[in-house]
Amino acid sequence: MNANSAHLPSYLEQSEAVQARFASIRERDVVLEVRNLNKRFRSTHGEVDALRDINFSIHRREFICVIGSSGCGKSTLIRILAGLEQQSSGEALLDGKPITGPGQDRGMVFQGYSLFPWLTVKKNVMFGPLANGQSTSHAEREALLWLELVGLEKFADAYPHQLSGGMRQRVAIARALVNQPRILLMDEPFGALDAQTRAKMQSHLLDIWRNIDITVLFITHDLDEAIYLADRILVLKPHPGEVQEIIEVPVPRPRSAAQFTSPEFLATKARLEQLIHPAPVAESENEQAVKPHMIRFTNVADNVE
Amino acid sequence: MSTFPKLLRGMDASTRKRLAFGIGSFLLPLLIWSLVSYAPFIWHPKVMVTESGGVDYFQIGMLVDKEMFATEVENMRQAQQALPAGTPANPIYLPAPHEVAQALYRGLFEPLQQTDTLSMPASLWHSIQIIFWGFLISSLIGVPLGVLAGTYVPVGRLAEPFIEFFRYLPAPAFGALAVAILGIYDGPKIAIIVIGTLFQQVLIVANTTRKLEPTLIEAARTLGTRRLQLLSRVVVPGILPDLYRDQRILLGWAWTYLIVAELIGTSSGITWYITQQARYQHFDNVYAGIMVIGLIGFVSDLLLARLSKTLFPWDRSQERR
Ligand SMILES: Nc1ncnc2c1ncn2[C@@H]1O[C@H](COP(=O)(O)OP(=O)(O)OP(=O)(O)O)[C@@H](O)[C@H]1O
Ligand SMILES: [Mg+2]
Repeated sequence: MNANSAHLPSYLEQSEAVQARFASIRERDVVLEVRNLNKRFRSTHGEVDALRDINFSIHRREFICVIGSSGCGKSTLIRILAGLEQQSSGEALLDGKPITGPGQDRGMVFQGYSLFPWLTVKKNVMFGPLANGQSTSHAEREALLWLELVGLEKFADAYPHQLSGGMRQRVAIARALVNQPRILLMDEPFGALDAQTRAKMQSHLLDIWRNIDITVLFITHDLDEAIYLADRILVLKPHPGEVQEIIEVPVPRPRSAAQFTSPEFLATKARLEQLIHPAPVAESENEQAVKPHMIRFTNVADNVE
Repeated sequence: MSTFPKLLRGMDASTRKRLAFGIGSFLLPLLIWSLVSYAPFIWHPKVMVTESGGVDYFQIGMLVDKEMFATEVENMRQAQQALPAGTPANPIYLPAPHEVAQALYRGLFEPLQQTDTLSMPASLWHSIQIIFWGFLISSLIGVPLGVLAGTYVPVGRLAEPFIEFFRYLPAPAFGALAVAILGIYDGPKIAIIVIGTLFQQVLIVANTTRKLEPTLIEAARTLGTRRLQLLSRVVVPGILPDLYRDQRILLGWAWTYLIVAELIGTSSGITWYITQQARYQHFDNVYAGIMVIGLIGFVSDLLLARLSKTLFPWDRSQERR
């Protein structure tokens, strides 16, 4: 434990308002349920246990973040939920029905490069409705509506390469939401953005989530992002990927940037850090294999420090 | 006539520089050719006779070796006869640039004197038709097969090993076979172009298809696209600019098979024009014929490249060229 965390409350302590909120969330229907989910990859290098015995459930309009170090199976989990990957055993249920493949009841936002470069912004958003057999005029109306929601109606006729990284992710969100999915799956959607854009996108996402009936599963490896956004944080442990803890975030809503220094926020962050970066013993095998051998290319007298 | 400088001023510095290099890359070989042709002290291993003097077999306009000419001059001097005269010249197979330019102009715009040959435009038109049909047939098979092989792993595994093998078989080797099957006219020529292009085409298109960003396919699937729709909604539009570039390269490939193809059966087209002119020792016409093939290839590729900018406004890789 570091020095200032001694003054912090426990991350398990919740104010009455927060307790009431979690109680009301638990009352709601379960949208997604994951039971004894396992995933094992077989490759030429042998077998990898990417996920082992994952169990959790998400209630309607809940915002869940999944956090864990690199390679712990976050993407594998979300890809199974999206139907892009097949689990080895166990099951994932959406509204009680097993997930067998991709479907419009789940929207997915990828980290980047997922907009269709040959389609304009509007046509990108129209892609889902058209693929599901709706008429062009209906698809267009829907697309413009959702573009307005993400503030990009002015860019309807631009091509993706003409947009900034943040704007592209807004389009990707609109494109996923236009299908009116039950759950929005997001795999490090803001990971490639600069800090400022990222902060803007986070509060924008919370705005969207507040205003429409959507449940969110959001993957990140940024602790602040997870605490700022989530109702609950699912912490994964690597090799094999297992659920280490599901943390109820004690930071009250509505969230704002000012809360980043509040005691609840710091307490939660301290706990996450403890889980994700424990004492340095637990370096993974992969990381140990990569030991750079530093060679000096400069004159000995030419020091920068 | 002030449009050209105006055009230049309209370009930015890098475009101007690129244009300058582009022109330079043509001027440099032309300069070397001109030097060899017009500077009498470079090469010029022959003498063109301008006066036969006492040498009975010399005729005006005849090309003789430098040494032989010197010997004859010496002989005549000793025999005290009239001395022959001549100017240094290059062999007949190396005409000067202006001669080729004249031949090109004559070939393209003036009616024929010889009656047993086709004009250059008519020969060219025939060649272009052979290329067109050969490339069209090849593409109608090669592009869909390539896209399928690149999209569906089993199709690729089934088709590609054999194609990999077949593409090493030299297309001209099928000439005799093609004639036996398809007759002596255009059929076997088109077949050679198809054989020369098709197998490369399948492999190149399959490769291009495999390079499509996989996230795009996954994104489309999460949006509810069914498997069969993926091909028309994502794969084909996604690879279109690259496919177009491949087709341009392959079209150039088809042109290189043209000459061999046209020698098969009854020789025809621009190849027939060239071989015929070479038989008459009209080497200026031969060069003009060769050059016109290059010009057509070069200009058509330039036009296709231009066209791709209007066809694929989203294609970013164009900005790097
Ligand atoms: N298709 C695959 N074949 C074999 N192994 C795989 C495959 N996909 C993922 N893995 C392995 O599964 C483990 C989990 O990968 P995953 O991509 O889910 O991690 P992640 O938590 O998303 O990592 P990151 O934070 O870097 O995105 C890794 O060890 C990875 O090497
Ligand atoms: Mg990942």
